[in-house]
Amino acid sequence: MGPWRALVATPADTALTAVLALLLGWAGWGIFGWAFGRAQWLVVRANAATLMVGRYPEPQQWRLWLLLGMLVSLAGVSWGLLRGRGAWPRNDRLAVAGLGGATLVLPPLLALGAVNQLRLLLLFALLLLLRWALARWSGHPAVLRFASAWGAVWAVAYLGGLWLIAGGLGLPTVRPADWGGWMFTLLITSLTLLLALPLGVLLALGRRSELPLLRWLSVAYIELIRGAPLITLLFLGQNLVGFLVPGGLAPDRVWRAAAVLTGFAAAYLAEAVRGGLTAVPRGQMEAARSLGLSSALTIRHVLLPQALRVALPAMVGQCIALLQDTTLLSIIGLFDLLGTARSVLANPDWLGRYAEVYLVLAVLYWCSCAALSMGSRALEQRLSISRDRATVPPSTPSPTAA
Amino acid sequence: MSALPWWRDRRRLGWLIQLAVGLVVLLAIALLLGNLERNLTRAGLRLSFTWLNDPAGFDIAETLLPYTAQSSYAMGLLAGFVNTLRVVVVGLVLATVLGVASGAASLSRNPLLAGVMRTYVEVVRNVPLLLQLVFWYFAVFLALPAAAEALRLPGLTLAKSGVFLGPVSLVNGELSGGWRLSLELAALLTGLVVYSGAFIAEVVRGGIISVPRGQWEAAASLGLKPTTTLREVVLPQALRVIVPGLNSQYISLAKNSSLAVAIGYPDLYAVAETTLNQTGRGIEVFLILLTVYLGLDLGISLLMNRLAHLVRIRER
Repeated sequence: MGPWRALVATPADTALTAVLALLLGWAGWGIFGWAFGRAQWLVVRANAATLMVGRYPEPQQWRLWLLLGMLVSLAGVSWGLLRGRGAWPRNDRLAVAGLGGATLVLPPLLALGAVNQLRLLLLFALLLLLRWALARWSGHPAVLRFASAWGAVWAVAYLGGLWLIAGGLGLPTVRPADWGGWMFTLLITSLTLLLALPLGVLLALGRRSELPLLRWLSVAYIELIRGAPLITLLFLGQNLVGFLVPGGLAPDRVWRAAAVLTGFAAAYLAEAVRGGLTAVPRGQMEAARSLGLSSALTIRHVLLPQALRVALPAMVGQCIALLQDTTLLSIIGLFDLLGTARSVLANPDWLGRYAEVYLVLAVLYWCSCAALSMGSRALEQRLSISRDRATVPPSTPSPTAA
Repeated sequence: MSALPWWRDRRRLGWLIQLAVGLVVLLAIALLLGNLERNLTRAGLRLSFTWLNDPAGFDIAETLLPYTAQSSYAMGLLAGFVNTLRVVVVGLVLATVLGVASGAASLSRNPLLAGVMRTYVEVVRNVPLLLQLVFWYFAVFLALPAAAEALRLPGLTLAKSGVFLGPVSLVNGELSGGWRLSLELAALLTGLVVYSGAFIAEVVRGGIISVPRGQWEAAASLGLKPTTTLREVVLPQALRVIVPGLNSQYISLAKNSSLAVAIGYPDLYAVAETTLNQTGRGIEVFLILLTVYLGLDLGISLLMNRLAHLVRIRER
């Protein structure tokens, strides 16, 4: 039975289809009428830069453009290295079409200046060029030597990016209080994730350790953190850390919030990794031990490679949850994307323009989360984990907020 | 036989590692507590709970308890907790209804219905809950029309002055009668129910899929209607998978209710924050918050474990 026949398979189905179609049509018409009638999109156009980078001082914004250029180059090179020589598969064509469409349509829609429009176009061209070049010469010995050090390049670039944002060492300093918008959201998410991953793996290993003290401590930590709403932990970070460290040594509010998010994400990542650890058969450990491998070597070369592969979907789910959880920073007065949007909406010039701004934010978050889960699915296929072998559910955002 | 060097002796190494970790953890805790003690003494805020009996001096916008600004902090926190409990209990029921309905509907033979439900789940799960809450509150509920032009649905009236359940009448430009919910409560409930409903729908869908096809086919060949099959054959088996999943969704909902503070609903966390601002008693307030939320989680888990026991398959 084809999909069209199924719509009208029985009288009840026909009636249901008709009612749903009417409802959808009515809702669609209403949204269409609002979006092109009553909605005033000027608020988004006028605040596009603020939503992206918050109160980052304008004379210093070239540093963020440089950072974006660096990220785009790295992404293009990685993309090319990953694909190698050959055709552009369907996912790649989709990504190019999506990014290209966005680069062509969004800047004029947002009425960005001509210089910025040109910059975005050049960045897109750079991405495609590097993707093409690296894929074209991926078999070349020089490229292969270069590719083996690629992880280190990313690490150096990340530190360089932090330097570009924060300044110091020759660049004018920009205080964390002036970071904001989408840039701040991405920065805090990536930083938290990088710190929480090793911590989460350690906690998961601790929870399955044969040593009772390590096991109890890990379980106590994980369950305590997972039992409390995130907002109460952020409350702890903002109001109590000052009491827990020697007077005057408490770090900036941004760093305190980042530390709390790291501890929070580590507990959830630990549970995701634990799912992967239980999927590794006991025989693997026994085989490694009977070969004379030490515990550390067994964990490093036998246990973790298999466990992390199985845990990947759940871990990506936690990354998505973490990206969404950063919105809670707006409650404690930090300027993540949502916090920046709320400060824009508090301006009397933009009174009542909630629907427009929040809708744009929702689209941005949705696209990012959807891209993450699509990327994870592609990675799963590349690592050739078949869906039915995985004992953990596919990567979907988990509801860990609050 | 040569003696095993100590760094290769698993048993001894294990004890050494535990000793080291234990010492480090103890040291860290001692350091933090020492700092806490010193800093609190300096600030004149030695740990105590007697301030809970002092008059709070702030109002709580809506409460089910006889609370006034002259009541004690303890009473205020209790009023906040009752507000949290109200949202959690009502939210659990509504989210379950929505989740079960849309989870079952997403497996419908009708591709349009299934598609709508899949879209609902995918949209809601990829947008942060807090963004959804502020959207519901600021963009939807605060934009409601005044009482005279109130939106009237059967049994439900929506206006700027609140959401009314049951029959209402317009007297002197004010809506009266029925059961009134504040806009804050209505927005919080809507946001939480729509969000949790999507996650519960996935749990229910997964549970139904876990029942082998043969069960459907056997029921069909006995002449049962699809709805009867779902109710009498599939759901009882799916529940074994669904109930543990529901447990974690319910706990999430309870924790997520603390986001109420962002839209001005006076739940436990919101009252606790006001209390901190007035008293400076951060440690005590944090301990109260932690205890209450952990207790709430534990309570939900206990109830759900009882439920899991009830729905287990009884072998003959």
